[in-house]
Amino acid sequence: MREAIIHGPEALTAGAVPASNLLPLRVRGLCLTLGGRRILNSLDLDLGPAGCTVLLGPNGAGKTQLLKVLHGLLEPDAGEVDWNGAAPGQVTSRQALVFQKPVLLRRSVAANVDFVLKSRNLPRARRHALLDHVGLGDKARQPARLLSGGEAQRLALARALATEPEVLFLDEPTASLDPASVNRIEEIVLKAVRNGTRVILVTHDIGQARRLADEIVFLHGGRVAEQAAADRFFAGPRTPAARAHVSGGLVL
Amino acid sequence: MQDMGEALAVAMTLVLSGDGDLVEIVGLSLRVSLTATVAACAIGLPIGALVATNRFPGRGAVLVVMNALMGLPPVVVGLIVYLHLSRAGPLGFLGLLYTPAAMIIAQTILIAPIVAALSRQVIEDMHAEYADHFRSLCLNTRQTVQALLWDARYALLTVALAGFGRAVAEVGAVMIVGGNIDHMTRVMTTAIALETSKGDLPLALGLGIVLMILALGVNALVHSLRLTAVRQAYA
Repeated sequence: MREAIIHGPEALTAGAVPASNLLPLRVRGLCLTLGGRRILNSLDLDLGPAGCTVLLGPNGAGKTQLLKVLHGLLEPDAGEVDWNGAAPGQVTSRQALVFQKPVLLRRSVAANVDFVLKSRNLPRARRHALLDHVGLGDKARQPARLLSGGEAQRLALARALATEPEVLFLDEPTASLDPASVNRIEEIVLKAVRNGTRVILVTHDIGQARRLADEIVFLHGGRVAEQAAADRFFAGPRTPAARAHVSGGLVL
Repeated sequence: MQDMGEALAVAMTLVLSGDGDLVEIVGLSLRVSLTATVAACAIGLPIGALVATNRFPGRGAVLVVMNALMGLPPVVVGLIVYLHLSRAGPLGFLGLLYTPAAMIIAQTILIAPIVAALSRQVIEDMHAEYADHFRSLCLNTRQTVQALLWDARYALLTVALAGFGRAVAEVGAVMIVGGNIDHMTRVMTTAIALETSKGDLPLALGLGIVLMILALGVNALVHSLRLTAVRQAYA
């Protein structure tokens, strides 16, 4: 596990670059209902300025929807999301989200990156470095939709990093991938964190959470059941649901 | 009336020898219908894309109207265009009646709703897949529509060719606004109707053969483009 640890929203990660002024994030009383089902239920959350926060929790806990609300893609029914004085919709362009199932355009690998660079008026010359960074430099001319699962997710990461986001949301970026692909993606994520990008990652992989997280937020029933520094959380989760989740038990 | 087999043989000779009248009629048909297809795409694709990507009050009614307009009867379109372009009509001063331009206008009106409605469906399906990614990138409507039109290009080509097929095969609208004037506004469908009524079957059959070959060619082209797109994972 990385040495950098966040102990609450006010603490800075040792050695990390406090680049973003989007943080701290303050969420109060967040409620979200989709299809008649309450997804987020008066959720409160505070996130500090740097590092990697991993959202853990059983299926249906509201992790993905929370990411979408924080990123401004979903409008909550009630509650407040405060990115250091700004609403989510005002800061979407300073953030990036990588979806669990990467949405790849029906174009070449290079054209997928070019599309993002052009949309932000960024120089196309950066594409080469971005693709090399994620290990896809030799596949630039290939149709993006013919990439393997791991390659597709790395392309999605390259596109996300192309926008130079201050906050990077990752929704289960390694779900269903082989260990080698998981390892490559985790390396890219760690580099992004070291470069000062604030990462908020959803995963069901406890091992990945141990490897990447500075801080764990455990969601259960649409609320934050537990939030703690990663080493403290894994040393002894306080809530029965978190204990069961970490030990591989059923969380109902 | 000539014997059917004899008429068919003469028709094949006309087609294979490149008969001047036949070539002229086929050429005008292609020019009118291809121009109408391009014009209909220029109108229909942006409308289809905008309706597909936006939610607004009355959208359901717009969809019903768009779908209903796909079944516009050609003779009704011809009549409406005729009323507008005739000397007493509001656009009579343009002097377009009984010209290929009038035929292009009529066919454009006929197939633009087809292009709009079919492209709306294609683009809406793709937009459902891309929407969150595009919103995450904060794309504006113009960027969204441009990206969707480009990514759906193979499917939209099929839509355009469906419109072309409808245009090149219709007879009612071009007959009314073109008048089927020899060497001026005579196209394949109006010539077939005329020659059949006169009992001169070889030219009618020859044109019919060309029309069928065109239809087959268009379908083969669409099929091959789709296969290429699927193979390259661009479909």
